[in-house]
Amino acid sequence: MTPVLELRGVTKSFGGLRVLDHVDLTVAEGEIVSLIGPNGAGKTTVFNVITGVYRPDEGDILLDGRSIVGLPPHQITRLGVARTFQTLRLFLNMTVKENVMAAAYGHTKAGLWRSILRTPGQRREEREIERLAEEKLAFFGQRLVGYRFDQPAYSLSYANRRRLEIARAMAAKPRILLLDEPAAGMNPVETQEITQLIGKLRQEAGYTILVIEHDMHVVEGISDRVVALDHGVKIAEGSFEEVATDPRVIEAYLGVQAEAARK
Amino acid sequence: MAEGERQRTIPRIGVDEWVATVEERVERGLAGRAREAWGRVPAGVKLASLVVVPALVPLLTQDDYLLQVAIDTVVFMLLAVGLNVAVGFAGLLDLGYVAFFGFGAYTYAMFASDHTGLHFQAPLVLLIVAVTGTALGFLVGLPSWRLVGDYLAIVTLFFLQIFSTILVNGDRLQLPFLEKEIAKLDGGLTRGPNGISNLDPMNWLGWKLTSLTQYFYLALIAFALALVALHSLNNSRIGRAWRALREEPLAAELMGMPVNWLKLLAFATGSVIAALTGTIFAAEQGAVFPSSVDVTVLITLYAMVILGGAGDLAGVAIGAIVISVALEALRTPSNASWVFYIALALTLPALVRPWRWQLVALLVGATVGFGFAVRAIVEAAWPAGTGGRPLGEASIDDWVSSWVLLQRNATPEVPTALGKTAFVALIVAVLGLTVLKGRRRLVALVPTLYLAACVWENVLVPQSAVTRYIILGALLVGMMAARPQGLLGKTRVEIV
Repeated sequence: MTPVLELRGVTKSFGGLRVLDHVDLTVAEGEIVSLIGPNGAGKTTVFNVITGVYRPDEGDILLDGRSIVGLPPHQITRLGVARTFQTLRLFLNMTVKENVMAAAYGHTKAGLWRSILRTPGQRREEREIERLAEEKLAFFGQRLVGYRFDQPAYSLSYANRRRLEIARAMAAKPRILLLDEPAAGMNPVETQEITQLIGKLRQEAGYTILVIEHDMHVVEGISDRVVALDHGVKIAEGSFEEVATDPRVIEAYLGVQAEAARK
Repeated sequence: MAEGERQRTIPRIGVDEWVATVEERVERGLAGRAREAWGRVPAGVKLASLVVVPALVPLLTQDDYLLQVAIDTVVFMLLAVGLNVAVGFAGLLDLGYVAFFGFGAYTYAMFASDHTGLHFQAPLVLLIVAVTGTALGFLVGLPSWRLVGDYLAIVTLFFLQIFSTILVNGDRLQLPFLEKEIAKLDGGLTRGPNGISNLDPMNWLGWKLTSLTQYFYLALIAFALALVALHSLNNSRIGRAWRALREEPLAAELMGMPVNWLKLLAFATGSVIAALTGTIFAAEQGAVFPSSVDVTVLITLYAMVILGGAGDLAGVAIGAIVISVALEALRTPSNASWVFYIALALTLPALVRPWRWQLVALLVGATVGFGFAVRAIVEAAWPAGTGGRPLGEASIDDWVSSWVLLQRNATPEVPTALGKTAFVALIVAVLGLTVLKGRRRLVALVPTLYLAACVWENVLVPQSAVTRYIILGALLVGMMAARPQGLLGKTRVEIV
């Protein structure tokens, strides 16, 4: 079976610095894969080359067996890749609901004239977009619904902003979700919640998920497979236990994380 | 269900429902209540009132001057809502905007005047303007693919500069393939600084628009159409995408929005509105001049958008009305005095925080007392400083002439030493006000207000047609200090 996402020998350099060095990576349908590695290992760069922010210098990226290298980011999103950002990038001065509705742009059609004339088709589409947004926001229980719909995104707490980013990515109707450190900056309770949520995303919504995470409890809790990067090179791949006990991974984390991983 | 159980077992720590109780900060005072009431009015009613209320103007007056002011105001409203598309909706700093106004006006002059001998009907010219204006809008929007913020601003400003240079020097301009035709024209392609006059009145399939009232309603209909179109657009997926790219262009692109295309669309939409407005304006004036395409017009339009609240359609239109009418009122010295003193009086409540009427009354009293005291002292030390007669013509100038300092033998043409000194002192005082806070600011306000009145009576009032932009600028500074988001705009947060 063709994997949903496949990276073949992807290399990316910034000047003399090789950030990704022949990285191979596959994510199969319905799989949750975690990408780990110390700071500066090239994890976010992997997301950036997949989503088209950077073009890889070498190698190929396949979505459902089709190369997406060189496509502009918005087209890659339309083909079924949506992501969240490590440094939150919400539309802060738009309402919570609008943030999610905006992401439906790629799979909706009403153009300039139909929007100006408010044709019946356009109005139907608008209602569908609104329903979609409410449905995606309801995924997070009571946190982002009701009075929250019409609040500006900047009024949300940090944890709720992370949730809103996930809801927004969901509204783009992706096949594969790329989550960049979804638990960063969350307290232990929220971290536990996000762990359950990622599982729920696959079970109920059927997404394939590639996630970057530093919190090893989260990685352990969610991953089917773990891929470890260091200095742009893939150093280990396998189940959480396999990767966590891999000597090269322990070395990469300079022992501190390795202590935690052994427990 | 497990879901409900989990909800109950989660501790309340980290749950932030308190935000709901805080909500947005409630505004106080009369202005706050007025804005709150305005916020409750449905959008449709707001926009309708912006068309219906102006529509009554020709019913109330048939005075040519007032009608002309009304037409100019509607033209400004059209231009302001058009500028708001790129600037307010999409957040693109477009300084070339006014060129499109000139483009529409000159295109009408080319196709419907004795200058070229072409006498096309209005619908055809409007169609030509719409098509070429869109194309030009796309072209000028292209730099926005790679440039943002001030970089984009400077590039588009050059476009405006190039366009107005072409208009001024168009009498010597040659176009490929049209050399012979242009050589035949009297005064070259654009007739240079003289402009082109004797344009046809608009000809709608044989029905010629000749009266000011007709042009007023034509402009108003155009405004109504633009308003409805932009309101629908703002609430559609395209409007949302514009806001998204204004907020966070990278995230917008990665959420499936074609950011580059949306930028061009914003530029072109605004450009078409400006170009069509230019066409209507040219036909109404019967002449076009390069001076209507300059940076002053651009700044005035930006003032309207910013004063009204960038991004808020109704606000921007109201901003256009306020500034257009204020600029017109400031043209004649007697009106200007009233505008000046009313604005001065309004400064007080805007600067008094928290709002207390006792404090305002105290300040007014202090300012009046301060004035009489200073006058008494100056009169004793330097009698020439108070012996002058008022230069202004309004009754209010007579009233204040026994309160402010007026140098003897002052003439409208040459500012007196007193006037010049007061002017410099006023600038220093205003700058001082911006760094002072709290009680010190209130105390410093008293001499500043008095100085402002002295400067007005000694220097500005006889030349109000020239100095009106100074007054407008001062008004804007005061207003924006009190309310940075504009009259009806929403507070925007940059970084949280």
